[in-house]
Amino acid sequence: MRDNAAVPGAVIEARGLDLVFQTADGPVQALKDVNLTINKGDFVSFIGPSGCGKTTFLRCIAALEHATGGSLTVNGMTPDEARMRRAYGYVFQAAGLYPWRSIAGNIRLPLEIMGFSKAEQAERVERVLALVDLAGFGKKFPWQLSGGMQQRASIARALAFDADILLMDEPFGALDEIVRDRLNEELLKLWARTGKTIGFVTHSIPEAVYLSTKIVVMSPRPGRITDVIDSPLPRERPLDIRDSREFIEIAHRVREGLRAGHGDEV
Amino acid sequence: MRNLGPILVVLAAIVALWYLAAVWMNAAWVHDQAARDGRAVTLAELVPLTLTQERPVLPAPHQVAKGLYDGLFGQKVTSKRSLVYHAWVTLSATGLGFVIGSAAGMLLAVGIVFNRAMDLSVMPWAIASQTIPILAIAPMIIVVLNSTGVTGIVPKAIISAYLSFFPVVVGMVKGLRSPDAMQLDLMRTWNAGALTSFAKLRLPSSMPYLFASLKVGIAASLVGTIVGELPTGAVAGLGSRLLSGSYYGQTVQIWAALFAAGLLAAGLVALIGWAEWVTLKRMGLAR
Repeated sequence: MRDNAAVPGAVIEARGLDLVFQTADGPVQALKDVNLTINKGDFVSFIGPSGCGKTTFLRCIAALEHATGGSLTVNGMTPDEARMRRAYGYVFQAAGLYPWRSIAGNIRLPLEIMGFSKAEQAERVERVLALVDLAGFGKKFPWQLSGGMQQRASIARALAFDADILLMDEPFGALDEIVRDRLNEELLKLWARTGKTIGFVTHSIPEAVYLSTKIVVMSPRPGRITDVIDSPLPRERPLDIRDSREFIEIAHRVREGLRAGHGDEV
Repeated sequence: MRNLGPILVVLAAIVALWYLAAVWMNAAWVHDQAARDGRAVTLAELVPLTLTQERPVLPAPHQVAKGLYDGLFGQKVTSKRSLVYHAWVTLSATGLGFVIGSAAGMLLAVGIVFNRAMDLSVMPWAIASQTIPILAIAPMIIVVLNSTGVTGIVPKAIISAYLSFFPVVVGMVKGLRSPDAMQLDLMRTWNAGALTSFAKLRLPSSMPYLFASLKVGIAASLVGTIVGELPTGAVAGLGSRLLSGSYYGQTVQIWAALFAAGLLAAGLVALIGWAEWVTLKRMGLAR
């Protein structure tokens, strides 16, 4: 495993990763021979139909699932070690804010668990609230905020303890398209400002192309990578870049990749 | 107070039905008396006679109200005839039983959620314990504890706890398990241990469930105490009032004690409801 960590700039390194779930109906191959290198500062999207293992792969990085074969390193460590060293913040599809805590209280929660001092907690909460454009909303309770604002609060919570990696599992999947566009734009700005490495699961082609520096196309049964596209788009991306020729070409290639993966399923 | 109208209409209907039932059920005794004297009674004579008997089969509402009022306000509260005195005796055992029962219920729930062996073993026994008629087991508990020198309110409190722990176990287990997989995963991403997840996530999540079952539990506690008072030789408590009333055919006394118990139960449930409101409001869960 150690030799993989030697790849310069590699934050996440998967080599021949396999994951087999033992279910009541027999073994299910969730991931098969996944090879991927994610470099520092990359914005990587995982796209594919349901059952392609995109979420499972993200959960392997987070040490919420454990691979049954191959190797996976995060910051040069095993995923479990990386988790213990707070290598990543995780954002789920639902905001999952605790209804009995204020927004500030929710963002403070991981800081309390990790044992930051009271003064540092308050300082960090203010900082990340400003980062996601929620300054002044700390005292509100989750039910007083819209779905988009709740999801921003959950991103702030994942950013609060300075993890270098942000893992996002369909974070905007439950939001309407207008809110989604705005949050995508804001996420890009946030990424530019913080220089985090982001792993982003989605099933929206435009979202993947708009956000990513690297698009990983996956296909199901067994879950595997069919294509990895390094995006030629500039890092600065206004929303109307989505009408440009390059954008449409990449989107086309993603669609081709998805179709190819679908074809040999039959 | 838009709801007041319908409530009063229903209440009036119940009282009217009750009067009709009282006339109908107490009429037999009036007819017997009249037959013995060789008289016939008209309906106009019958009605007042059925509503003023000393030991009616079914006392009329105003008789019960008078009995209740006399019991609550017509005596010194230290008197053996005072319902306040008897209610206090019952209340103290109920309180102790409820504290024991709900504490045991919460501890068992924590054990069930955290320990697989307890999960598999405790719940069936808890359910089995509630299928045994409390009337059958109450005298045995009293006798066994008496023989070991435990007397006073403790045996009654234990019977009361026996009834009240169950809803608390069921509600608390449900509540502690209410956080979904995503919230538990979130805790794992922060590398939080089981104890931290319990304190920060499971326990607060269980509060609404806990209060719902505490309301059921405290009412069950009161029933348990009253049942516990029935076979104790009945010296004090609402249960003893019920028992002595039935020995001597004092139906008014029985009904007055029943209503006193009902008022007490309503008060206790309201008290838990208030604690629930205060707690959930502080947690930001009450809207």
